[in-house]
Amino acid sequence: MTDMTQPTPVFVRTAPTPARAAPLAERRPLWRLLFGDMVSAAMTLVGLLGLAWMLPHLLSWAVINSVWTGGGDECRQAGACWAFLAEKYPQILFGIYPPAEQWRPIAVCALILGLGLWSLPPRNWTKATLGLWVGGVLGSLFLMGGGVLGLKSVPTSAWGGLPVTLLLTVWSLGLGFPLAVLLALGRRASLPVPRYLSIGIIELIRGLPLLSLLFIASILLPIMLPDGVSIDKLARALAAMVLVSAAYIAEVLRGGLQAIPKGQTEAAQALGLNWGQTTRLIVLPQAIAKVIPPLTSTIIVMVKNTSLVLVVGLFDLLSAGRAALADPDWPAPFAETYLLIALIYFTICFSISRYARWLEMRMSKGSRR
Amino acid sequence: MTSLSTLLNDTRTRQIGLQALMLAAAIGGIGWLVLNTAGNLDERGITGGFGFLERAARFPIAESIIHYRPTDSFGWAFLVGLGNTLFLAVTAALTATLLGLGVALARRSTHPLTSGAATVYVEAMRNTPLVVQLLFWYALLTLGLPNIHMAFTPIDGVILADRGLYLPRPVIAGDKGPFVAALLLGLAATAAAWRYGRIQRLRTGIPNHYGWIAVFSTLLLVGLVWISSSLALSLDRPVIGRFNATGGMGLSPEFTAVFAGLLLYSAAFIGEIIRGGIDAVDKGQWEAGRALGLEEGKILRLIVIPQALRVIIPPMTSQYINITKNTTLALAVGYPDIALVAATTINQTGQAVEGILILMLVFLTLSVTASLFMNWYNRRIALVTR
Repeated sequence: MTDMTQPTPVFVRTAPTPARAAPLAERRPLWRLLFGDMVSAAMTLVGLLGLAWMLPHLLSWAVINSVWTGGGDECRQAGACWAFLAEKYPQILFGIYPPAEQWRPIAVCALILGLGLWSLPPRNWTKATLGLWVGGVLGSLFLMGGGVLGLKSVPTSAWGGLPVTLLLTVWSLGLGFPLAVLLALGRRASLPVPRYLSIGIIELIRGLPLLSLLFIASILLPIMLPDGVSIDKLARALAAMVLVSAAYIAEVLRGGLQAIPKGQTEAAQALGLNWGQTTRLIVLPQAIAKVIPPLTSTIIVMVKNTSLVLVVGLFDLLSAGRAALADPDWPAPFAETYLLIALIYFTICFSISRYARWLEMRMSKGSRR
Repeated sequence: MTSLSTLLNDTRTRQIGLQALMLAAAIGGIGWLVLNTAGNLDERGITGGFGFLERAARFPIAESIIHYRPTDSFGWAFLVGLGNTLFLAVTAALTATLLGLGVALARRSTHPLTSGAATVYVEAMRNTPLVVQLLFWYALLTLGLPNIHMAFTPIDGVILADRGLYLPRPVIAGDKGPFVAALLLGLAATAAAWRYGRIQRLRTGIPNHYGWIAVFSTLLLVGLVWISSSLALSLDRPVIGRFNATGGMGLSPEFTAVFAGLLLYSAAFIGEIIRGGIDAVDKGQWEAGRALGLEEGKILRLIVIPQALRVIIPPMTSQYINITKNTTLALAVGYPDIALVAATTINQTGQAVEGILILMLVFLTLSVTASLFMNWYNRRIALVTR
């Protein structure tokens, strides 16, 4: 029954609408995308004008007026000073490491990058690869530090550049991961003490800027340890980085743990496995496999985070570049130096993110079967 | 003996024992660190406590939102640093959200140049560390720009030189009291009318114009008050002086570098969050909107965005918290945020524990406040299911 006091809604059509033309095909030719309508044409025009204005400036700076050979004097009143990078690249890449021993940081970088490349295809995700990593990372530590097998001893204060960046990344992730597993399991535990301890630690670390954690590690840690115990500056910064990576990885792992159906644990218990066996053999392998794509973005975050050790006076890639810029013989070609450093970071991070994309697609293909 | 072994094998006893051990280890560890700290501080002759906050700071702070002199106390200096941090975080977050929305729309565009440029921008920003970007901008602003006599002036009143960025500042001359009162009154009336109109429309189904009527009457009222109190709007343009530009609104190279760096870096992340949220809305929602005869803009505004917001809000919360945490990188270029004030204080007084505690407390409070606010907002717009 219609209620006559209700006003007539005004949206009701009384006549059918005329039929519209069929929508455009999905794939449109390029010229139509660029000039198809007024808005596109205007955007194309603005974009082309912008490029036409920028390109000559960029070309004259980077190519036409640039200096490729020579010293600092040639670089004054000129475009890009690529000669600076040609002369200073060992200092930017390896810091103040003794020049005669520079094959060692080169070997360390090659070792870590090679191990990284080797671990990319999932068929290489084996226990042997894990062993290779442990051996490689420990070996690179001896290679950098020396003092054994007739290698000259080099203190960590002389380490610098790319190897420090790579070692900090690998160590913070490698040591952070087992800690993260404990924290993630603790956070999911039914017992209150481990649960609240884990929540407290994770939220405390995630709520603080990395910079303040580095301050704590570099300023507070020496005061908090008993007299006579002193820890290397690099190791102190590493401690902060390990905690950060542990907290972030723990949150990623928690997502994976939550995604495991309860039936898996119940089935394991029905088979007579105890808590440790269930966790180690049933829950963790599945949870870790699920979170590998998001874990790669944590790796990118940690690679970028290593650049922060600059504020506690360590010589990573960025600080080594800044130190090179301080040379008074050259007119401080900052743009070229920072572009080189940014390019190195970009190459590492962008490759990891492409790899993560590929991995994700591969895994979703597997589950769709 | 059986009773003892039953007790040891009892799950409850084991759980309680395990937890007691963990608690003891945690408390013992913290206690050990505290005892060491106390001993070490005693040895170095540093008296603990927050008494130093009342002493005069005696170090300069180059620029601040809150007024500061070197004779002010350390406590005031921390407050000044906090003011700078909050100012930087809020301005960067707001502008980055706007730019991020633009980036998201550009990346979704079918126009190849637009989406290509947005993709290059996002990938370049996301895959290089923020500190490198900040140092690059700072070097560009201090070393790459000409000195004040050869300053770069793209439009009249905007001066870009190695001393910073100078912008014109709007100045209103005259008695502003009645004008502000009229503006506030008008805004309140408009909000009320808008709400009333919406309620009426939902109740009866008939569109009405109460909101717009209120907007235009407010404009009229405010305009009349402006004329009757004979206010004059003028622009205070900066003028190039001997060493510096005077007048207008001056932004130091430090602030400009940190602000521009944070804005560009965060906008890339925010853009990806917004794009992900819009993509997460099912294609059928767009098609259903078209089938109902709605325009594309209305579909986006009324159907897609409200649903996308549910996906966007949680990662956006952590992004805003990240922006706040990232303001501490201002230290790398020397903008006096709270981290720089804390570092200077620790250097001058040796009160490392207290300085770092203040820094931690500030950031934990900010993080918790931001996530509480966002949780409240999230609950408000969350999907109501039966």
